[in-house]
Amino acid sequence: MRKRHFILVFYLILLMLPIYWMLNMSLRTNADIMRSFELFPSSMTLDNYIKIFSDSSWYSGYINSMIYVSINTVISLVTALPAAYAFSRFRFIGDKHVFFWLLTNRMAPPAVFLLPFFQLYSTFGLIDTHIAVALAHCLFNVPLAVWILEGFMSGVPREIDETAFIDGYSFPRFFLAVFIPLIRAGIGVTAFFCFMFSWVELLLARTLTTTVAKPIAATMTRTVSASGLDWGLLAAAGILTIVPGALVIWFVRNHLAKGFALGRV
Amino acid sequence: MGLQLDFIDRIVEGETHLKDVSLNFETGQRYVLLGRTQAGKTSLLRIMAGLDRPSKGRVLADGKDVTGMSVRRRSVAMVYQQFINYPSQTVFDNIASPLRIAGTPKAEIKRRVMETARMLHLEPLLSRLPAELSGGQQQRTAIARALVKEAQLLLLDEPLVNLDYKLREELRDELQLIFGQRESVVVYTTTEPTEALMLGGNIIIMHEGRVLQTGPTAEVYHRPATTQVAEVFSDPPINFITAEVDDAKAHLRIGIDLPLTGHLCDLPPGVYKFGIRSHHFNLVRKTVDDVEIRTTVELAEINGSETFVHFRYRNRSLVLQEQGVRIFKAGQEVSVFVRPCDVYVFGEDDRLVKAPQCPATCATGAN
Repeated sequence: MRKRHFILVFYLILLMLPIYWMLNMSLRTNADIMRSFELFPSSMTLDNYIKIFSDSSWYSGYINSMIYVSINTVISLVTALPAAYAFSRFRFIGDKHVFFWLLTNRMAPPAVFLLPFFQLYSTFGLIDTHIAVALAHCLFNVPLAVWILEGFMSGVPREIDETAFIDGYSFPRFFLAVFIPLIRAGIGVTAFFCFMFSWVELLLARTLTTTVAKPIAATMTRTVSASGLDWGLLAAAGILTIVPGALVIWFVRNHLAKGFALGRV
Repeated sequence: MGLQLDFIDRIVEGETHLKDVSLNFETGQRYVLLGRTQAGKTSLLRIMAGLDRPSKGRVLADGKDVTGMSVRRRSVAMVYQQFINYPSQTVFDNIASPLRIAGTPKAEIKRRVMETARMLHLEPLLSRLPAELSGGQQQRTAIARALVKEAQLLLLDEPLVNLDYKLREELRDELQLIFGQRESVVVYTTTEPTEALMLGGNIIIMHEGRVLQTGPTAEVYHRPATTQVAEVFSDPPINFITAEVDDAKAHLRIGIDLPLTGHLCDLPPGVYKFGIRSHHFNLVRKTVDDVEIRTTVELAEINGSETFVHFRYRNRSLVLQEQGVRIFKAGQEVSVFVRPCDVYVFGEDDRLVKAPQCPATCATGAN
């Protein structure tokens, strides 16, 4: 018992160490970071955070990321919900094949789609807009969302649908008032997966934007300059990038395992 | 008036679920659909409700063809074997849901929900969610939702099968009272002959997608048209023994002779299948005509307040049903008595030839 305890604590320290170190650095000045090795910062400063929150070129990066991530999550859910319902409840020609091949989009690395996206969006004048990134991420998130939601929906007995129709519910009313509340956890988990992919994806987001919709990950590369790297600022930005993800995970923590199994547990 | 099914077939992916089903359901009557699992009971209910479309045939409601009509526009209520409620709504909202959809005024909804809840003893639970209820209470909620609607067609698909013994008996008694007050067609499916007998009304015996026999429940029980009906309509299974009948006696192929008395007296000579219901085997002699079988117990099982004794006689497995809890050891010697007046006689084509007269006359014959 004691031994297991020890291993767990050791593992936890190993996991938390990089994050702690980033937090540590974010609270120190550059000169301080370069001068000495300190497990706990002796002269703490919030300058790095103040800079991020006061400089619009920094905080707009966060805002841009949040905007396209939210748009993407909403589009993914709105399109995946009806699709997943169809796959879970109806039988139609080729349903199983279509369902499987949906995932092909996730079988290739995002970079493969970079060039087509860039050309397509240039033609339509979508470059450097939030919707451009959001749509591009849908290519990966919608199939995943369909898979996860289908798993959760198939766990709801079909008899509930039938009972609702016998009771006289119209389809939209049944879907919104009866069905959606039943798969709330699934929707939360799906939103989390969409959020996570879109939030950490850098390549497409950076290529499809220039200034107006520039994501935070791209802004962070600005810390490299002729005078060297701005370690403290980079660490502070990194810490702030973790916060939204951690918040979302907190909300769906009880359903995550089921989500990783695509709702099929 | 009522619901009429005309030559219904239902074939799903080459498998026949229903074959040539024609039935007539009268308003205000109770029907029990009896059949084993896979007999097509649920398939038939789904077609009656309008959830499935028959592959062939027509469904008429009050003389109007409703075959393809959406279930939403029919006047149907259904209770499933599983406890189906809306998990995110309270018991009150669950029961009220069909009325809300129909646009019933608020005060009226409240009145009717309370009335139905009182009938099913759900009043203290109205503000709870279905997940916070026991199985019996969940099924009561589902039944209440079906009842509150006052639909012309009330379908119950083995509603009590997932409940424990005690609760089942209780709810069955209540349902019987409730059905009696309703002005709709009530169809109730079950696999249990005892349940069918308790519910009474009319019975429809189904087997492998076909309707075998219909009629008032007691009458079908006393006069099963074929050996198959007798098999479906008896639990534990009815014992069949081939018998040769000559002028004086019936020689059962297990080496017993039965005198041709009572309803057997004018049986023409030939080969028959004799059917003896398990509760017509007795452990004590009841009349002088009783034929005694000396045998040993193979297995005794206790089912509720009854005991089933399985025994073997000349390589035939037979089963006896006795009231009360009785303890038997395997290998124990017993005498089993059978009364000739309790025997069903089927021809070699499996059709009923002679049924015992009402059990009452058998008893008076003993005196």
